Amino acid sequence: MQDISFFKDIADNPEAYARKWKDETRGRIIGHFCSYTPIEIVIAAGALPFRVLSLRADSSRADAHLQSYCCNVVRSALHDALSGRLDFLDGAVFPHTCDSIQRLSDIWRINNLQRFHADVILPVKLNSDSAREYLVEVLARFRNDLERGLGVEITADKLREAIDICNRNRKSLGKLYRTMQNHPKRLRASELYQINRAAMVMDGRRLADKLDELVSRLESVDDDDDFSGKRIILSGGVCHVPDISRIIEKLGAAVVWDDFCTGARYFQGFIDEKAEPIEAIARRYFDRIVCPAKHASLSSRGDYLVEAVKYTRAHGIVFVLQKFCDPHAFDYPYLRERLVEIGIPSILIEIESQQAGSGQLETRIEAFLEIL
Amino acid sequence: MDLFGTEKDPERVKRAIKCDQRMREIMAAYYLEAKAPKAQHGKKIAWITSGGPVEPLIMMDIIPVYPENYGAMIGASKMGGDLCEKAEAMGYARDLCAYARSDIASSRVNGGPIGGLPEPDMLICCNNICGTVMKWYEVQARYYDVPLFILDTPMCHTEYTPEMHRYMSRQIAEYVDFLERVSGKPADLERALQVGRLSLKAQRLWQEILDTNLHRPAPMTCFDAFFHMALIVTLRGSEIVVEYYQELLAELKERVAAGIAMVPNETYRLLWDNIPVWYRMRWLSDRFAAHGAALVADTYTSGWVSSMQYVNEDDPVGSLAESYARIFLNTGTDSMAENIVSMAKRYHADGLVIHSNRSCKPYSLGQYDIQRIVERKAAIPSIILEADMVDDRAFSESQIATRIDAFIEMLKERFAG
Ligand code: SF4
Ligand code: SF4
Repeated sequence: MQDISFFKDIADNPEAYARKWKDETRGRIIGHFCSYTPIEIVIAAGALPFRVLSLRADSSRADAHLQSYCCNVVRSALHDALSGRLDFLDGAVFPHTCDSIQRLSDIWRINNLQRFHADVILPVKLNSDSAREYLVEVLARFRNDLERGLGVEITADKLREAIDICNRNRKSLGKLYRTMQNHPKRLRASELYQINRAAMVMDGRRLADKLDELVSRLESVDDDDDFSGKRIILSGGVCHVPDISRIIEKLGAAVVWDDFCTGARYFQGFIDEKAEPIEAIARRYFDRIVCPAKHASLSSRGDYLVEAVKYTRAHGIVFVLQKFCDPHAFDYPYLRERLVEIGIPSILIEIESQQAGSGQLETRIEAFLEIL
Repeated sequence: MDLFGTEKDPERVKRAIKCDQRMREIMAAYYLEAKAPKAQHGKKIAWITSGGPVEPLIMMDIIPVYPENYGAMIGASKMGGDLCEKAEAMGYARDLCAYARSDIASSRVNGGPIGGLPEPDMLICCNNICGTVMKWYEVQARYYDVPLFILDTPMCHTEYTPEMHRYMSRQIAEYVDFLERVSGKPADLERALQVGRLSLKAQRLWQEILDTNLHRPAPMTCFDAFFHMALIVTLRGSEIVVEYYQELLAELKERVAAGIAMVPNETYRLLWDNIPVWYRMRWLSDRFAAHGAALVADTYTSGWVSSMQYVNEDDPVGSLAESYARIFLNTGTDSMAENIVSMAKRYHADGLVIHSNRSCKPYSLGQYDIQRIVERKAAIPSIILEADMVDDRAFSESQIATRIDAFIEMLKERFAG
């Protein structure tokens, strides 16, 4: 167990952090929705990229715009915007991923929820030369949009600086993941969850220092926690149900990896610091494991999960899927099948809103751990 | 394909469109060829999404097969609920598009109408309609172990940018390369131009067919258009579509001249938004007709001509690139609303019927905003019907009947007042 109260405070109330940051710096804040947001460019524009990720179960304000069969990630983001919780945002950027986010962007724009609005229409295919060339042009357009929208100049130097910060943070998060994997008692997934959540809204420079501090603190710990319990991987979209890893831990098992866009997918992939910045940012999207709304190959996500199981010596997988999330729901049967082939059991937990009934959840996870 | 069943009611027989029969024959012959043993026709089969460029397939003599058209058949033959359930048993969530679910299930169990689709030699997926098709085609590409080509059409929320155009144009070339490689034949440019011309001609005819409904009373309703659209979707670019649509157009013009209406005593003219409820077409059509309400136009069947304006006959590749990227579903919610607003004016519509289709998120999310925009700009009222295009478990007849009746009641008062 570590003292991560600094991160936890931010994770518990990211909006308060953003407001405070704004008061102190007079800087601008750009909301975004996805790990495909080129936050490096936002940082280079001098703004704070703020990942909108509601933790509230209530999304009733979205009812006037979105049907009930829209995922809660999208519904609660809109709810927050409409109810003024995101009033500190100066703009929002929507990378193109799934159909629901695509329409959220339209609704956001039509209802003038922010002055600055940008769509970053990334290619869906991340495996061809033409897509790579297109992606570079899309990112260049985003850079221009931001320059015009915020009235700033985004120089190559600023881009390099932002890349440097992001790389540093990603490297540190990678180290934390490794710690969690090798010493699950030293750093727990439920703690790392709080750190990730804070990282997605924090000022990059400040984050870099804080992460460095934590990493060195962890390195100096010299416990010999040979963990002998069951090792679990979480897989899915955005997980904002910290309960799941907490329950797993409570039951004596440990989460040793995740395949979440609010988790490992967020920090994976480095940006070449020597290459032309925009091209280097583009390249990372090609190198990184894809989210299911993108296509790299027919088997890339399956291969990745199997690889992760082997690497982390996991005993089982807990799929955590948002209800109404199409991209993930389409991949699920295939991923499960790949796990069956290597004899790894899995369980599916479907989350409708953030209020997952904990009692029932615990019973199911307990039963699952027993068969491992 | 038999969407309505064979007609027996004499009053309906009188009003029915006569060339329906020919259409059934064409579709039957098309599926017969596609389903015949390979040795017989010697052609490759490509499964393709409804918004995908079919012209290059026709040019290469590859038989295009449309799982979405098949999905409509599954829905119309009321096999949707059952097949969707099978997909759910395989692990596919109930919230996924029912075209995808029922197609995936039918290929595993060889079930569904006409005993399933012929197996593909390749898959062509164009994501200009949704992100779902990419996931769905990935599933099928793994299952059939055949090559998959993804034509990645960037979403045009507010604009079609030069970089999108370059990306699209390059991909059209990649598409043709892919087809040459998979079919082992070179592309024939002469043929391509000819196919392009035929496709455009078919689209113009289709537009003219839809436009016969500008006339009051309307010679057909969107329920007829849903049926007749199968050709513009599946075979545009081939001669037979042009021939058939000429015939249909002639008949519709005759109906207009003779004053034959599809809905007796046409009183209200309505628009339809979204994909039809395939398993309840007849019921819906009757329900509206009983009130003298004719659904004179819809956003779905006109979708196949929505980007005709971007075609430049001197630039075939550029035209293909632009017109496939700019179909209505690949544009912003506001431009989808504008489309309805102008449709309301053109067809002198009195109201809008919105099908909120659980299956199709890109088409349905945003409809509440569309509703407000249309009510404001076109000054017509609207209703929302919650249903699903194929999965009949999502249909509540009594609830929908009540809503329709109340809506017409409201129109009546408006008219009186
Ligand atoms: S949870 Fe799924 S459907 Fe919802 S925004 Fe994320 S990817 Fe899209
Ligand atoms: S119905 Fe909608 S989600 Fe399904 S394939 Fe068609 S466009 Fe895509």
